[in-house]
Amino acid sequence: MSIQNDLYVLLPELILAAGAMVLLMIGAFRGDRSANMLTMLAVVLIAVSAYVSMIVGDDSAFGGAFVMDSFARFTKAVILWSSAACVLLAHRFFSDEKSERFELPVLIVLASLGMSLMVSANNFIALYMGLELQSLALYVLAAFNRDSVRSSEAGLKYFVLGSLSSGMMLYGISMIYGFTGTMDFAGVAHVIKTGGVGIGLTFGIVFLIAGLAFKISAVPFHMWTPDVYEGSPTPITAYLATASKVASFALVLRAVVVPFPDAFHQWQQIIIFISVLSMGLGAFAAIGQTNIKRLMAYSSIGHMGYALLGLAAGTELGLRGVLFYLAFYSLTNIGIFACVQAMRRGGRTVEDIYDLAGLARTRPRLAFAFMVMMLSLSGLPPLAGILAKAFIFLAAIEAHLYVLAVFGVLTSVVGAYYYLRIVKVMYFDEPAQPFDREMGRSVAAIAAIATAFTVLFVVRIDVLLDYADLAARALLK
Amino acid sequence: MSHLLSIITFLPLAGALLILAVRGRSETVARNARWIALVFTLADLALSIVLWAGFDGSSSAFQFVERHRWLTDGITYHMGVDGISMLFVVLTGLLMPFCILASWESIQTRVAEYMIAFLLLETLMMGVFTALDLFLFYLFFEGGLIPMFIIIGVWGGKRRVYASYKFFLYTLLGSVLMLLAILAMFLYTGTTDIETIIDTAHFPVDMQFWMWLAFFASFAVKMPMWPVHTWLPDAHVEAPTAGSVILAGILLKMGGYGFLRFSLPMFASASVTFAPLVFALSIVAIIYTSLVALAQEDMKKLIAYSSVAHMGFVTMGIFTVTHQGIEGGIYQMLSHGIVSGALFLCVGVVYDRMHTREIAAYGGLVNRMPMYAACFMVFTLANVGLPGTGGFVGEFLTMLGAFIHNTWIAIFAATGVILSAAYALYLYRRIIFGELVKPALQTIADLTLREAAILAPLVVITILMGVYPKPIFDVTSASVAHLVRQHQSAVARDSAPPRLASVNRGGAR
Repeated sequence: MSIQNDLYVLLPELILAAGAMVLLMIGAFRGDRSANMLTMLAVVLIAVSAYVSMIVGDDSAFGGAFVMDSFARFTKAVILWSSAACVLLAHRFFSDEKSERFELPVLIVLASLGMSLMVSANNFIALYMGLELQSLALYVLAAFNRDSVRSSEAGLKYFVLGSLSSGMMLYGISMIYGFTGTMDFAGVAHVIKTGGVGIGLTFGIVFLIAGLAFKISAVPFHMWTPDVYEGSPTPITAYLATASKVASFALVLRAVVVPFPDAFHQWQQIIIFISVLSMGLGAFAAIGQTNIKRLMAYSSIGHMGYALLGLAAGTELGLRGVLFYLAFYSLTNIGIFACVQAMRRGGRTVEDIYDLAGLARTRPRLAFAFMVMMLSLSGLPPLAGILAKAFIFLAAIEAHLYVLAVFGVLTSVVGAYYYLRIVKVMYFDEPAQPFDREMGRSVAAIAAIATAFTVLFVVRIDVLLDYADLAARALLK
Repeated sequence: MSHLLSIITFLPLAGALLILAVRGRSETVARNARWIALVFTLADLALSIVLWAGFDGSSSAFQFVERHRWLTDGITYHMGVDGISMLFVVLTGLLMPFCILASWESIQTRVAEYMIAFLLLETLMMGVFTALDLFLFYLFFEGGLIPMFIIIGVWGGKRRVYASYKFFLYTLLGSVLMLLAILAMFLYTGTTDIETIIDTAHFPVDMQFWMWLAFFASFAVKMPMWPVHTWLPDAHVEAPTAGSVILAGILLKMGGYGFLRFSLPMFASASVTFAPLVFALSIVAIIYTSLVALAQEDMKKLIAYSSVAHMGFVTMGIFTVTHQGIEGGIYQMLSHGIVSGALFLCVGVVYDRMHTREIAAYGGLVNRMPMYAACFMVFTLANVGLPGTGGFVGEFLTMLGAFIHNTWIAIFAATGVILSAAYALYLYRRIIFGELVKPALQTIADLTLREAAILAPLVVITILMGVYPKPIFDVTSASVAHLVRQHQSAVARDSAPPRLASVNRGGAR
C-alpha cells in the first residue's frame, strides 16, 4: 500500500479540503464581495468531488481507516447533491437578507468534507474525526444569522447538546476499545466473533448508539431538533435535515453493521426501541405545530424512525431499504425547504403554515410542488414516498417484525393528517396576502427538480434500487 | 401485444397535461379546459367500447395483456382484463363524460384545476381495473385518494374540509394494511403478479387468515360496509355533483372488485371462514342503513345511505360463492353505478337551481318539471329494484345466490327490498308530487338541453339493462364460472388432510 494509493482513494475528500482552503484565501483577500464567485466555485468543487468519488474504484486507505466502496459512493452522491443545493439556497437566502458573507460557502464545503469522511470511515478514530469536522462547521452555520437571537440560540443549543452526545459516543468508543483492544471495525468484528459479547462491550455499544442517535435526532435524543430547525436560517435547516442526516445515518449503518454483526441481538433491541419511539413521536407531536420548520423537524424525527426500522431488520433487504429511503428523504426535503425559503412577504421571511393560505390561487406552481412533496412524505402513491416506505416495510416483514410494520403504517396514517393540513391550507383556504414573486431562479430550479423526481420516480425506480442494492451488499460483505 | 389498455388508462392523463399547457385569460382557459376534458373522456369512452367489442366472452383468460419490466423480476408492469374487470372499465369510461357535462355550468371557479383533477382520477380508476400486478394495483387504488380529496375539499359544500379529511383518513387507514399484506405475499411467492399468484400460489391457511383480514380492512372501508361506512354520507353530501357520481358510481365498486379479484381466489379458505361475518355485516347494512335512509332530510344523504344498503347486496352475493350470487353482485355493481350516478345527477339538477338539497324545500315539482319527474321516476324505480330496470336483475340474482347458500340470509335481505321501496318512493313523493306551493319553486324550469342530453342516455341504459341483460352476462359468465371452480378446488385442497402427514402416520402404525 503506497502513499499515492492512499491519497488516490481519498481524492474526493482531498479536493474538498484543498478547495476549501483556496476558497478561504480568496474570501480573506477579497472580502464579502466575492460571495457570488465563491458560491459558484463551491458548487463546482462539490460537483467535481462527487464525480471523482464515482470513478475511484473500491479500495481502502491508511491501513483500512478509510474505505471507498459502493456504500460510500451511494451516500456521497446523496450528500454532495444536497450540499450543492444548500449552497445555492443559502446564497439566495443571505443575499435576500442582505447579510452575505464569504465564510458561508467555505463552511458548507468543510461540513461536506466532514460528511464525506464520515461515510468512508472504517475505524472509530476516523469516524470521530469526520463527525466532529462536520459538527463544528454546522454549529457555526446554525448560528450564522448572528443578528438574530433565535439563530444564536439555535447554534448554542446545538453546540452544547452536540458536545454532550459526542462525549457519550467517545465514552462508548473507549469502552469498545477497552474490551476488544482495537479501533478497527473489522478487528472489532473479529474479536466479537471469537470472544463473544461481554457486558462491558454491550455498554459500549449502548453509548455509541446513544451518541449516534442524537445526530440523527431519534427519540429520546431528539429534543434539540425542533428548536434548532426553527432557529437556524432556512437553507441551513435544509442542510441539517438532509445532508447531515444522511451522513449521520450512513455512519450509524456502518458503525453498527460492520463491527457488530455478531452482536445483532444486543443492538437490534435498541434500534427497535428508538425506531418505535421516533415513529410515534414524529406522528403525534407534529399535529400541533404551526411553524412550518418546527413541523418539518418533527416530520424528520418520524422519518428517521422509519429508516431505523429498516436497520432493525438487519438484513440486506433492510439496508437497501434504508439507503433508498435516505435518498428519497433528502431529495424531498431539499425541495420542501426550497419552497419554504420562497415564503417571503414584503422582504421578510414568514414561517407560519397559515401564511400559506390560498397559495394554490396566488402561486399555483409553487403550491403544486409543495403539495406533491408533502404527499410524498406522507406516503401516498404513486409518489416517491410510498415506494421508499414499501421497501422498509418489506424488510420488516421479512425479518418477522410484524408488529413494528403495523405500528409503522398506522403512524404513517396519523402523519398523513398533518401533511394534509398543509395541502388543505394551500388549496382549500381563502388566499392570504401573496408572497413576493421573485424567489430566485436557482431556488425554483431546485424545487422543480425535486418535484419532478418525486413524481417520475415510480417510472424508473429500478435504477436507484440497483445502486442501493449494490451499496447494501458492500456493507454486508 | 396490443397497447389498448395502457392507452385507455393514460389517455386522460394526457388530457390533464394538455390542460396544463393552456394559457390565456381565465374565461378562455376555463372554456378550453371544459372542452379538452370532454373530448378526452369521450375518446376514452370510445376506446373502452372498442375494448368491449374486441373482448372474447367465451374465454376466462386475461385478454389485452401487456407486460413490461418495471421494478424487479417479480414486480412488473402487467395489464389485462377478464370478464370480471372489463365491464368496470366500460362503466368508468361511460360515467366520466357525464361528470364533465354535469360540471359544465355548476363549476365556475378554478375550472382548469377541476378538470385536471377529474382526468387524473379517471386514469387512476382505469388503472385499478386494468392492473394485473398487486403493487401496480395498489398505486392506482390509493393514488385515487389525492384527486378525490382535492375535489371534495376545493369544490365541496360547507363542511367540505371535515368530509375530505374523513374520506381520506378512513380510506388510507384501510389500505395501508393491505400494503403490508401485499408485501408479505411478495415475500412468500417472490412475485406480485396477480395472474401467477391466482394460478400457482397456495398460501398456508393461517397466513390466508391474516391476508384476508388485511385486504378486508381496505375493501370494507371502500365498499363501504357497515360499520365503517360513516365517511360515505359525509363525503357524498359535501362533494360536488360530479364527485358524488364518481364516488357512488366507481369508487365504491373498487371494494367489490377487490373481493372478487383477490379475496375469493387467493384466500379461498379464509373467505369461507369469514363468510358468516360478511353475511352478518351485509344484512346489518341492508336493514339498518335502509332504516337510516328513511329518516334523512337531505337528498344526497338519503341516496348515500341507500348506496350502503345496495352494496350490502353485493357483498352478500359475492361471498355466497355461487355462480348466481357473483354474477348478481357484478350486475348489481354495474347497474348501481349507473343508477346511483344518475340519481346524484338528478339531485344536481335541482340543486343547481335552488342551491339546497333539503327535501323539505321541494314538493310538487311534477307541475313545472315533467321531463325531470319522468327521468327521476325511472331511476327511483331502478333503485328500488323494480323488474324491468337494471336494479332488479342484480338484486334478484344476489338473493338467489343467498337462497342457495342459506335461506335465512335471503329472508333478511328480502326485507331490505321492501325498505328500499319505502325510502325511495317516500323521497319521490315528497319532492315530485303534491301541490306546488313553495313560492321559491314557482318559476323553476324544466331540464335544459344539456341536462336532458345527460339524463336521456342513462334512462335508456337503465331500462336496457333491465330487459336485456345478455350482453353483460356474455362477458362475465365464463370468468365467473372459472372463479367459482378455482375457489372450490382451492378450498378442497386446503381442507384435505396433508398427504405427507398421513403417510407418516401410516408408517408409524
